[in-house]
Amino acid sequence: MESSPSIMNGPADRLAIGRAAETGLLKKIFGTQLDGPVDLTLILIGACFFLPAILSEAGISNLAYCLVWTFAAIGLSAMWGYGGILSFGQTAFFGLAGYAYGIFTINLGESPAATWGGVLTGLVLCVVLAALLGYMIFYGGIKEVFIGIVTLSVTLVLETFMAQTAGPQWAIGSARLNGFNGMSAMPSLVLPSFAAEPILLEGTNFYFLVLAMLAGVYFITRKLLNSSFGLTLESIRENPHRAEMLGIDIRRYQLAIFVFGSTLGGLSGILYTVWGSYITPSSMGLTAAAMPIIWVATGGRKSLSGVIIATVAMLNLSQELAAYGSQYALVLMGLILLFVVMATPQGLIPTIKEKLGKLFGR
Amino acid sequence: MTVILETKGLRKNFGGAQVINGIDFQINEGETRCVIGPNGAGKSTFFKLLIGEHKPSHGSIHFKGQDISHVLPFRRVGMGMSIKFQVPGIFPDLTVEEHLKLVLQRVTTLPERAAELERLLDLFRLSDEARVKAGNLSHGKKQWLEIAMAVGLKPKILLLDEPVAGLSDEETVHTGELINRLKAEGLTMMVVEHDMDFVRQVATRVTVLHGGQVFADGDLHAVLDRDDVAEIYLGKR
Repeated sequence: MESSPSIMNGPADRLAIGRAAETGLLKKIFGTQLDGPVDLTLILIGACFFLPAILSEAGISNLAYCLVWTFAAIGLSAMWGYGGILSFGQTAFFGLAGYAYGIFTINLGESPAATWGGVLTGLVLCVVLAALLGYMIFYGGIKEVFIGIVTLSVTLVLETFMAQTAGPQWAIGSARLNGFNGMSAMPSLVLPSFAAEPILLEGTNFYFLVLAMLAGVYFITRKLLNSSFGLTLESIRENPHRAEMLGIDIRRYQLAIFVFGSTLGGLSGILYTVWGSYITPSSMGLTAAAMPIIWVATGGRKSLSGVIIATVAMLNLSQELAAYGSQYALVLMGLILLFVVMATPQGLIPTIKEKLGKLFGR
Repeated sequence: MTVILETKGLRKNFGGAQVINGIDFQINEGETRCVIGPNGAGKSTFFKLLIGEHKPSHGSIHFKGQDISHVLPFRRVGMGMSIKFQVPGIFPDLTVEEHLKLVLQRVTTLPERAAELERLLDLFRLSDEARVKAGNLSHGKKQWLEIAMAVGLKPKILLLDEPVAGLSDEETVHTGELINRLKAEGLTMMVVEHDMDFVRQVATRVTVLHGGQVFADGDLHAVLDRDDVAEIYLGKR
């Protein structure tokens, strides 16, 4: 009884061809794994630095807005696609961090120290709260669909709470929370400079900042998920019981990726608040909470490059449709999600990549 | 002879049902102990108690001299127990290679890893399927992959629950050869099994469970040749 060579194994054989295609031509084109000498995603991000030469100021501002949300999407991809943790909490951390930035800067001013201090405060707040919530979830034995339920509940409770903070008593220092209307008029990020005025990170400067952050976050996330930590995380996604029985403390890994992914949600919140100079409770509403799920499902939850592209594309589409009425955008998002779930459950972009791979593989 | 795994007065009840009724059990280093018994004897419950999926109602479990009765399962594995379940526990979307890298990254340094990976792939005849996603493997290959993972952890004892369930006769014999190779390398193993041919192929000692207690315990032939052991399987006792 010899072990059969792979040619006899049917599905494994086709998979082997797919893999060969993937490692060959397709990888040369789409080598997004940071394993080879070239990472196409980083190159694409790099190319975007030249877009201000082609696009108008309004176009760049719009693109910056779309890019702001990619961090939340990358975070969700890491949690859900790699860790199997479907968190509806991205917008909770988005809102918390956004409000934190607002409160910090409204109280402490618009100097480089104050504005970047606001960023740091927002991020640290996310790490602490995600660690607390994550500890309760993963060490408390909450699993699978109940993680989604708990995180959604947290998000909606936060939205409800913030929406009723309208009175003057709801203020932290000189920053009024303002209930449903939200907080506004917080300063832009500034960089210190040798000139008299610090460099205001608005408009095209803000766009460059977000792009640079995206390159950095993508790089770090990619490295993390390619490492032994990432492999362990994937095993927990695939079969948590089996992973445990290999001696892995799965709670620790789940907590770690939950904190990582949620903090990226917070980063989106901070940058959103900076971009628009406002933050409202509706950014934590049910509709808002569903959006990252839709983008990540469409982009392919296991594909970082896929979720970046899908987030930017779908947000851009929503913006265009918003001119006709925001309900059309939502209907379209819902239809896209239905299509993806039924026809391309791995995600639209990975399915396209796979089809292209088979095409080039033959 | 060092005692690797031991239970003392182990009992387990579920509500009113006394499923494990006082088991004193010992496995010595280097043994391949087969645990057999008719349906309902308590083999599965006993296995789950050993690995920590059930808590004992009474009595204790000791591993390398330490009381592990209340130690969490993943910590028991960390201490040197390795487990292979009856239903293949693999990671469908990960490749065969990734499965082995997953365990090897826990017990080998980077320089040793590649060689150890090759050795495991070769030993378990999975070299051709290294890049195949485990979900696409045949049932037999999945079983071997799971054993490969369990062995890859370099355990002090390997606990196998019906490792040849669902395998063809040829695959069963090959699995037996694998177990004997591991035995020759000095690995201590406990195998819960129904397949008597397989038991005859691999066991050094046999423990027979019946009604939640040890009915017989001894060398392979001494136990299997007994009439009363045959009788409990036929339901006369």
